[in-house]
Amino acid sequence: MQNLEEYKGVFVFAQQLDNEVSGIAYELLGKAKDLAAPLGAQVTAVLIGSGVEDQCDKLAEYGADRVILVDDPELKEYRTEPYAHALSSVINEFKPEIVLVGATAIGRDLGPTVSARVATGLTADCTVLEIGDFPLVAIPGKEAEQKHNQLLMTRPAFGGNTIATIACPNNRPQMATVRPGVMQKIDPIKGAKAEVVKYNPGFTPNNRYVSIKEVVKAVNDVADIMDAKILVSGGRGVGSAENFKILEDLAAVLGGTVSCSRAVVDSGWKPKELQVGQTGKTVRPNVYFAIGISGAIQHVAGMEESDIIVAINKDEDAPIFDVADYGVVGDLNKIVPQLTEAIKAQIAAK
Amino acid sequence: MKIVVCIKQVPDTKGGVKFNPDGTLDRGAMLAIMNPDDKAGLEAALKLKDQYGAEVTVLTMGLPKATDVLREAIAMGADKGILVTDRVLGGADTWATSTTLAGALRNLDYDLIITGRQAIDGDTAQVGPQIAEHLGLPVISYAQEISVDEKAGTILVKRQYDDRYHMVEAKLPCLVTALSELGTPRYMTPGGIFDACKAEITTWGRADLKDVEDCNLGLAGSPTKIAKASDKVRKGAGEKVVPESPEDAVKYIVGKLTEKHVI
Amino acid sequence: MDFTLPKEHEMARQLFKEFAENEVKPLAQEIDEQHRFPRETVEKMAKYGFMGIPVPKEYGGQGCDTLTYAMCVEELSKVCGTTGVIVSAHTSLCIDPILTFGTEEQKQKYVVPLAKGEKLGAFGLTEPGAGTDAQGQQTKAVLDGDEWVLNGSKCFITNGKEADVYVIFAVTGKVEKRGRVMKEISAFIVEKGTPGFTFGTKENKMGICASSTYELIFTDCRIPKENLLGAQGKGFNIAMHTLDGGRIGIASQALGLAEGALETTINYVKERKQFGRSIGQFQNTQFQLADMATKVEAAKLLVYKAAKKKDEYKTNPKVSYSFEAAQAKLYAAEVAMEVTTKAVQLHGGYGYIKEYGVERMMRDAKITEIYEGTSEVQRMVISAQLLK
Repeated sequence: MQNLEEYKGVFVFAQQLDNEVSGIAYELLGKAKDLAAPLGAQVTAVLIGSGVEDQCDKLAEYGADRVILVDDPELKEYRTEPYAHALSSVINEFKPEIVLVGATAIGRDLGPTVSARVATGLTADCTVLEIGDFPLVAIPGKEAEQKHNQLLMTRPAFGGNTIATIACPNNRPQMATVRPGVMQKIDPIKGAKAEVVKYNPGFTPNNRYVSIKEVVKAVNDVADIMDAKILVSGGRGVGSAENFKILEDLAAVLGGTVSCSRAVVDSGWKPKELQVGQTGKTVRPNVYFAIGISGAIQHVAGMEESDIIVAINKDEDAPIFDVADYGVVGDLNKIVPQLTEAIKAQIAAK
Repeated sequence: MKIVVCIKQVPDTKGGVKFNPDGTLDRGAMLAIMNPDDKAGLEAALKLKDQYGAEVTVLTMGLPKATDVLREAIAMGADKGILVTDRVLGGADTWATSTTLAGALRNLDYDLIITGRQAIDGDTAQVGPQIAEHLGLPVISYAQEISVDEKAGTILVKRQYDDRYHMVEAKLPCLVTALSELGTPRYMTPGGIFDACKAEITTWGRADLKDVEDCNLGLAGSPTKIAKASDKVRKGAGEKVVPESPEDAVKYIVGKLTEKHVI
Repeated sequence: MDFTLPKEHEMARQLFKEFAENEVKPLAQEIDEQHRFPRETVEKMAKYGFMGIPVPKEYGGQGCDTLTYAMCVEELSKVCGTTGVIVSAHTSLCIDPILTFGTEEQKQKYVVPLAKGEKLGAFGLTEPGAGTDAQGQQTKAVLDGDEWVLNGSKCFITNGKEADVYVIFAVTGKVEKRGRVMKEISAFIVEKGTPGFTFGTKENKMGICASSTYELIFTDCRIPKENLLGAQGKGFNIAMHTLDGGRIGIASQALGLAEGALETTINYVKERKQFGRSIGQFQNTQFQLADMATKVEAAKLLVYKAAKKKDEYKTNPKVSYSFEAAQAKLYAAEVAMEVTTKAVQLHGGYGYIKEYGVERMMRDAKITEIYEGTSEVQRMVISAQLLK
């Protein structure tokens, strides 16, 4: 049986790629600070890699009180085994109360492996993390059994159709993978320093070590609108194939992709691959801009599950406004280019 | 070569999720299907069977009606199906699920275990790597392509990351989690369906699981506990504004995007 | 009596439905407009065994029953009537007579590749002057040494130019029957590429536009003696027996067309708004749909019953399914015509344009009342049994 009291502190797996800490690590540090406050705990970043010591200061600037550095030549590229050994050894040695890992293609491999190795629970893809009680409301007559200062992890499931809040009351650490882009990093504190603890559990290759034969960094090829996180979609109201330029510009500043309605494909302005709707593709981006799209039911069927729908249309009665979270009645030719500039300015200011 | 593919029966969310009039999810109205990533993994296994004559076993944990997905897999070309079902296994989180499946896998001979990357109901992507951990196997997640060198006893996997891929080689036995890119699943055949319906499905209960302690099974053995679950109410119309000028419109949209952390 | 489908049929339906949605539906409008035979679909169907569903495994088939085959034609026809009839003509009109009447050698040589879908089959009975009236046949076959020599032509042949193997009927002599001199008709297996076997014009049709409907021309076409199918002079029986089975296929096609039109219409009336409400909220629409759905269900029961009856025949050759097949085809075809016409009407202007596909279903439905015995012929078959 674990002595749960032994486990202290909020740890963050500071993912790095090519010896550069990933943005998700800073987001996790931001959240870790929030969680550490009510617990009166320290925020520790666990940095794993080869020749990554120079990254420690950045972690400090983003909120790490301490950095545990596991630096070894075996850790050059991400591989499940040496990384899982590194992180689980750190957990066994330093006994954190909470461990946060980014829900990236690395974290969603490392997290489950490590949680199984240290025999604790793991909640995937969390979007909200809070400190609270479990059960949320004490069972009458069993008030004493309610546990306080628990990590409450909220996550969507079922393709975002349901949400659940999960706790891990009887095992430590409490582990979560966290969806990128959800938590807020803090404004970096220039010159901040963290205590750096070097720790190497030793790496002896065994059958579980895989060998990497080739590393190929991706070049973005043809955009698949079903994978896009942000879609800037145009309809007949855009007016012409040439005028899609203003949508492409908007998509570019947001890192999104352009899609369209059926009318646009029928007019020959865009290829069928970009069509959203019943006879096109069903999409579920985080943000869907419906620009000059009236919102025929056939179109709506293909995009209504989007997290956020922003509609711009000059027709106040367009049915697209029945599903839009944010509907703007106005002239897209004026609004869209200005919107692109405004977003560009805001991103530059950050 | 012997391959075990772990599959799961999940409610179909394709073509929209069905809701009750009160806005909650209508699970009964949705078809139960084989989880898509698992099906891609099965396709990869069947391709290896076409190539090397591998024996493909499908394994699932679930209610007795989960035999449906085992039969589907057999109708596609799998050789045999095993259902792990027992009341004490119900309510399992990913830890307890992976200990259960590992307990079943310890009874089997395998060179390769394939699981889907994640199931569309839970979206966790955890069970595959956790099984590998319990069995002490190398794991390669997010596989886009695989090829096996039978002589050398190795597998070469194109492993996808957010911004790159690695060509990774591992020694067999090994566990691979499949992305849908691993293969467009073949259809069943009518004759395969008739055979599958006659096929014997092996059913295992708690007692058949090897080297697993009770404290790691089912709801009681699950470290994570649900504090609250709710079906997200379907959203209707949001706000609609008629701005005075394009500048106001832009300000409004930028404000909302900032509030929602889009920018 | 149990109206619940067994597990294997439920799964088979799911398979056919998925295949139809993913592989067939996306092509339906295009091949109809271009009058293009969907070779790529036939190849895919071959890969998954759809071209030999009711054929025993030892002859390269799937070893399933007639009901499974009928459900396949039904589900394909829900989204594309042309694809449905390709499978129906191939299976019912070409494979079935060879399997039923052929020698072991003929079965090995022809049924195996046909059932695997490596070859496509067709059936040639109709001639310009002879429809269901087999006595009007003009095509002749004369035995010359070890070969039959065919002369004449066949018209309106489904899978016409696309097929590889043809079951062809020809006059091989005269016989006296009850004091009347009758033509003696025999059946033959003819392979594409046989010298003297050519194709005439391609028919430009109202519906099932992507199906390849051709005239077959035989000019001193010499085929081996052993390609006689069944006994000499048994051609009429073979033709009638084959058409009984073919009618189950066409009835399934008609059923599928009706169901496809009904489903499309139900989806449409829920979405389409007029006078501030969806047209599905109007009582006229509701009553029309109720009638359509009821007739579709009745047609389905007749079709499935005929299919089951054909399976009974497989184990007991004394069983006849001629009556059931005629009833199924008569009713399903007329329901298909009625339901698709109503579907167009309920779609209004959108029904008349090609976007929703219901006008295509209506055009496709018409042929089901005509080929493999018109509705009038089915009534003759049915009434003949009643007044026997």
